[in-house]
Amino acid sequence: MLLLKKSYVLNKIIPWIIPAILLLFWQVATSDGLVSNKILPQPIKVIDIFIKLISNGELIRYIGASTQRAFSGFIIGGGIGFLLGLANGLSRTSAQFLDASIQMIRNIPHLALIPLLILWFGIGEEIKLVLVSLGVFFPIYLNTFHGIRRIDTRLIEMGKVYGLHGAALFWNIILPGSLSSILVGVRYGLGIMWLTLIVAETVAANSGIGYMAMNAREFMQMDVIVLSILVYALLGKLSDSIACYLERKWLKWQTEKL
Amino acid sequence: MLINEVQEYLNIEDVNKYFGETKVLHGLTLHIKQGEFVAIVGRSGCGKSTLLRLIAGLETPTNGSIKMQGEELCGINKKIRVLFQEARLLPWKRVIDNVKLGMQKENTSIAKQVIHDVGLEEHNDKWPDILSGGQQQRVALARALVAEPEVLLLDEPLGALDALTRIEMQQLIEKLWLAKKFTAILVTHDVSEAVALASRVIFIDHGKIAMDIAIQLSRPRHRNNDFTYYEKKILDQIMGNAESVIEDTKKLEYAI
Repeated sequence: MLLLKKSYVLNKIIPWIIPAILLLFWQVATSDGLVSNKILPQPIKVIDIFIKLISNGELIRYIGASTQRAFSGFIIGGGIGFLLGLANGLSRTSAQFLDASIQMIRNIPHLALIPLLILWFGIGEEIKLVLVSLGVFFPIYLNTFHGIRRIDTRLIEMGKVYGLHGAALFWNIILPGSLSSILVGVRYGLGIMWLTLIVAETVAANSGIGYMAMNAREFMQMDVIVLSILVYALLGKLSDSIACYLERKWLKWQTEKL
Repeated sequence: MLINEVQEYLNIEDVNKYFGETKVLHGLTLHIKQGEFVAIVGRSGCGKSTLLRLIAGLETPTNGSIKMQGEELCGINKKIRVLFQEARLLPWKRVIDNVKLGMQKENTSIAKQVIHDVGLEEHNDKWPDILSGGQQQRVALARALVAEPEVLLLDEPLGALDALTRIEMQQLIEKLWLAKKFTAILVTHDVSEAVALASRVIFIDHGKIAMDIAIQLSRPRHRNNDFTYYEKKILDQIMGNAESVIEDTKKLEYAI
């Protein structure tokens, strides 16, 4: 039993060895003067400013504003993507009308539309919402559509024979059958959500992490800039963990076997 | 209704079925009594599965009618259940929930009872994917029988199983049929299986009925001489048809 515990602990520690070494190297390189503090601040300084901004509540406010923006866009873009994916997956007619147009729009990198969107929406909250929604829409649409089309038709036939129609067929067979694919779309969508938010917040902002980073750039506050990068990374990792948790919860029948 | 028209429990009258240009069933007429165990045998492509799917309501006849207790069957009927060649269990539902799928009103105790009848009571809460092929088909059988159907259609359900599991499943199906007294229609290419289970064997050849023979053996069926008599009789008919085809097309030539 002792041996079991030892390997469990080791497994938890080993992934962190390289990051720890890198952190150490970073600290040594920047405090020794090897790397100028104008290019890369010391980790200790970053931790200092982190504590300062947490204790005066600023960081929490910035994180709150950014997160709210990001997830509002996710709900709108993801919601529309999910509904359209459902419609086109279930109805051939709907797909015939809509899918080609959606694919055409998909091929335009949404970030490249920023100058156009600024003209249309200005530089307030709307443009950020539109950008994030646009970015999140496509992975969720594609994966929902694909997930529904890929369902084993023999299972659907069985469902019909056993008296499942309409809503019952949907909740018992179609939705669970496509859930795996939909959650893949959600994970991709979350990644694009943060990416788009970061860019959107550089367009113009009066709140949020991007605002904090832009201000820091004005005043050459390297430690705050590095902090903002780390905060974005942490938020990204957190949302990915949420998606993983959902996967484990809703796809128990797949994950429990492994 | 004509006076001399036969009216049994299940009436298939003069049914034609076309798939595009191909005529799969030719004016097929078949009357099945309530509680009969009918096996339909034939080569691949003879139309036996198509006939089953017509009764199940998964296809519609091009001409002719299929009536149950005097009423025309339109599409899927609650009193008819199907056991497919694959178990077709939903991987995201546990065994007990898969079985409950067959019920209009969910009842856990009845579902557990039927799972017990097929011998899988220890597996109620398992995911279907970890069960063996034979176990999965038994769950499918429980699902089919849980709603007490009047007719059970079996579409080559044992084809994918190994020989020993197949025999066990045949005995289970016979046992449940004797207990619950539903009408059973089994499509199979295995003549031995047909004789083991059915009270009547129908041989379909190119979309028409070529033989309709009653099996007068006591139950439970044992593979003895009488059994073999029926097997040979049916096989001769099936292979006999094939032989005449081969003779027509091939001319033997000897060099010596």
